[in-house]
Amino acid sequence: MESKETKLHQEVSSLAILESEIRKLQYRQDALIEVLHIAQNLFSYLSKETLRYVAKQLKLPYSKVQGVATFYHLFRLQPPAEHTCIVCTGTACYVKGAYRLLETVESWSGLQEGHISEDSKISLRSVRCLEPCGIAPVVVIDGKVRGHETPEKLLQELKGWFVNVKDRS
Amino acid sequence: MLKIDLEEIASKEIAARKPNRIHCCTAAGCLSAGAEEGFEQFQKEVDRLGLTDTVQVAKVGCMRLCCQGPLVKVQIADSTNSPFPIEDKHGTIQNNNQIEILFHQVHAESAKSIVAGFTGQKVEAVRGDFQSPFFQNQVSVILDNSGNVEPERIESYIAAKGYKGLYQVLHHFSLDEVIHEITRSGLRGRGGAAYPTGIKWGTVAKNKSEKKYVVCNADEGDPGAFMNRSLLESDPHRVLEGMAIAGYALGSSQGYIYVRGEYPLAVQRLQIAITQANRLGILGTRIFGTPFDFRIDLRTGAGAFVCGEETALMASIMGQRGTPTPRPPYPAEHGLWGMPTLLNNVETYGNIAAIIRNGSDWFAGMGTQTSKGTKVFCLTGNVVNTGLVEVPLGTPIHKIVYDIGGGAVEGNTIKAVQTGGPSGGCIPAEMFDVPVDYDSLAKLGSILGSGGMIALDNTNRMVDVARFFMQFCMDESCGKCIPCRAGTVQIHRLLRKILAGSADHADLDRLEQLCVMVKDTSLCGLGQSAPNPTLSTLKYFRSEYESLLKESDSTQRINLPLLCSSAQMGNQEQLSAETKGS
Amino acid sequence: MSVVTLTINQQMITANAGDTILQAAKDAGIKIPTLCYLDGLSAHGGCRICLVEIAGSTKLQPACFMKVAEGMQINTETHKLKEYRKMIVELLFAEGNHTCSICVANNHCELQAMAMAVEMDHDRFDYIHPPKEIDISHQRFGIDHNRCILCTRCVRVCDEIEGAHTWDVAGRGGLAKVIADLDQPWGEADSCTSCGKCFMACPTGAIFQKGDSVAQTEHPRNKLESLVMAKDKKQWHV
Repeated sequence: MESKETKLHQEVSSLAILESEIRKLQYRQDALIEVLHIAQNLFSYLSKETLRYVAKQLKLPYSKVQGVATFYHLFRLQPPAEHTCIVCTGTACYVKGAYRLLETVESWSGLQEGHISEDSKISLRSVRCLEPCGIAPVVVIDGKVRGHETPEKLLQELKGWFVNVKDRS
Repeated sequence: MLKIDLEEIASKEIAARKPNRIHCCTAAGCLSAGAEEGFEQFQKEVDRLGLTDTVQVAKVGCMRLCCQGPLVKVQIADSTNSPFPIEDKHGTIQNNNQIEILFHQVHAESAKSIVAGFTGQKVEAVRGDFQSPFFQNQVSVILDNSGNVEPERIESYIAAKGYKGLYQVLHHFSLDEVIHEITRSGLRGRGGAAYPTGIKWGTVAKNKSEKKYVVCNADEGDPGAFMNRSLLESDPHRVLEGMAIAGYALGSSQGYIYVRGEYPLAVQRLQIAITQANRLGILGTRIFGTPFDFRIDLRTGAGAFVCGEETALMASIMGQRGTPTPRPPYPAEHGLWGMPTLLNNVETYGNIAAIIRNGSDWFAGMGTQTSKGTKVFCLTGNVVNTGLVEVPLGTPIHKIVYDIGGGAVEGNTIKAVQTGGPSGGCIPAEMFDVPVDYDSLAKLGSILGSGGMIALDNTNRMVDVARFFMQFCMDESCGKCIPCRAGTVQIHRLLRKILAGSADHADLDRLEQLCVMVKDTSLCGLGQSAPNPTLSTLKYFRSEYESLLKESDSTQRINLPLLCSSAQMGNQEQLSAETKGS
Repeated sequence: MSVVTLTINQQMITANAGDTILQAAKDAGIKIPTLCYLDGLSAHGGCRICLVEIAGSTKLQPACFMKVAEGMQINTETHKLKEYRKMIVELLFAEGNHTCSICVANNHCELQAMAMAVEMDHDRFDYIHPPKEIDISHQRFGIDHNRCILCTRCVRVCDEIEGAHTWDVAGRGGLAKVIADLDQPWGEADSCTSCGKCFMACPTGAIFQKGDSVAQTEHPRNKLESLVMAKDKKQWHV
């Protein structure tokens, strides 16, 4: 486990990186979205403190920064879960039974789509079109894209995550 | 600025090529099927067997048949003199005994075996077939370089006549001549609205201003459509060249590419391409030693479908919430930072250099009277072959679905194709004779859109398809205008009610009225086109809706108004209690 | 400034080139209904109530944005437009809880007035009415998100007239909501000057004065109008 000190150290250096990136963008207010992308890459999500910092650096109103950060779905305002399962529900995947995959995971894990488990370990999400539509239906498990997915294969893959979850079958 | 010689770079590049080449598709589709491992295995094996002098492994772009990925193409320069075991029927014999062989689903094991083929051993890998109807019915204009050129090496693009078009206009064309040539070609915008490109360029060119912007809309968001992503990942320089030509014709020195945040690979390849072009002096200041300056910057989206709409896209480039604003004023007069701005789609820019190189007559020779050139489609859904398809505009749907797509999977029948994504409509199988061009599809109540084409078979329920698209629009509505924000929610509810079997004829009437109203009153293209999938399924598959309706129920509750004055308060409280319960 | 002639509902009028249709109509004494528009603020174009028909164009255009042009033939009261306005109001009543009888702004509400004007006698759509938050953390004012129609008048008045930009819109689609600073309780928003202009501008009972009971909230719009006159025209006591 990381010590508190290393974590603090990391945050301080991330902040220094963010500051220098903002400087490179010449504190331009219209670079807000670029800055939020950079901040999220550094801190893994956009905390209130980060948004406050960005607003001050770019001399923008707080509500404007919050408004932009919440408009775009790729920005996370909560810390990410340890494991993520993303089921693509784009058209091609929908036509090939994406919802069956989603329902299977939901009913098996007890976790609802769009939710993070109580211990914040697992997140189950759906996304509109990841666009390797040629291999639909598509699921992304911890960043790895898997095509031609079936409910059986998917459950097999996810089993390890739910060791502490009671068997609901 | 250094003056560069394109010919010299091209001949150097060609001279350095090995006689035998292994092209691994590394576009996102094949990558997610495991192309990277295959590529590494190829390299390792070529090294291990000491074939580096004769065999070259290259990362290339999309080879179209995505459902069979990872795809690999083996090119052999002299098939008469190669140890590689060749079965003729699978190869495409080209000039000078050159041959190309396609392999499907190439993972580590088959990669090993393919390399071993160069030592004369039997190849154990799944063979593809370039002679199959999937490939034989297609053309290559936009996708000319995809699968051939290495997207991360500018030299490879230059060796394929890249940047010749830009060189030509800078040295031999006046500004007006460029616009004239594009206008004569008959090219229409490939993003969906199909506005004549030359006329659009002319409008921006006419608006005098100190600063002008050239913007590439790469915020491709239609689910089931990935033409733009594929092009950016396979041939990014083609788009940069098109933008630079536009910049010259319009008198602009700054371009932006707005790429969907969901496309990290496209972003990465564009970034590499821009850096390489800057280094060679093909972008930046004094391009090719002329007074023309043009720089291109990337802007990454962050997950909002509405940003494909041009006013929302510009708001997003300027760091704002991606909400649209009413037009007029159009971007051509009042765009980014209030300056005249040209917005075109990725594929539109992708056509430009070829039109300049080959002439407008060549381009106008393809397609139909009103829809010139070719179009890339993403064929997905319930057909045998799914992937990227390029055909001349005007090709009948049946040719795309049955000949190229291979028809329905066994035991099923195709019922319709959905074109144009959430803004488009469904075309029933009886009408598959219709040519795919802008005007014919519009007549049928659909649109060609950006090129998504999803085959639906008898297992798909059309009301559910309509509900699916409406849910998409509801989730993606920006919330600015009421018809789109609240109307899509109500349409979605009505569709759900119909699917649940609890709707009656009055609900169906209400659905239609609401669809027409949302279409007519919404602020931007998202809301104006959101009802299209519902309206077109109502038009062609009304019986599917009607079969789900129940008989009229005279006892149903109507929502009395909540706005009566205090005299009616008692009644109101009762009502509000009832609402809470529902 | 050059002048153009045009017709609105067959009535010939003249207008300054560069005026919006709404401005021209107002000067000629023709009333075009509006909801999100407010004099003195930039146009928003979101409510779609002021859409008009222009001869020769298939698209309806918002009068608050569209500029007049010579020879324009505009219709503001066709059957279609009336029907659409009514549906828009119905959609708003179905979207959020606007039960007038228990609202602080009852009888002083622009949405309510609009509903009466379009003769909405029932709502064709299902009431959704998700329970939304009521924030009374501010010393003098409260905001009831159930009553908010997202017209963004508060956002615009705070930014454009007061200059504080305390308010903005967060989220999107049906989940969009007006927020103070970093989506925090209004009373904790540092940037707020407590000037009350958002209260003056609000068309419904969404932003209200604390202590007001049912039907007691009257938005002092005239105060805001005076402020705008003073700011734009340098005229006081008008």
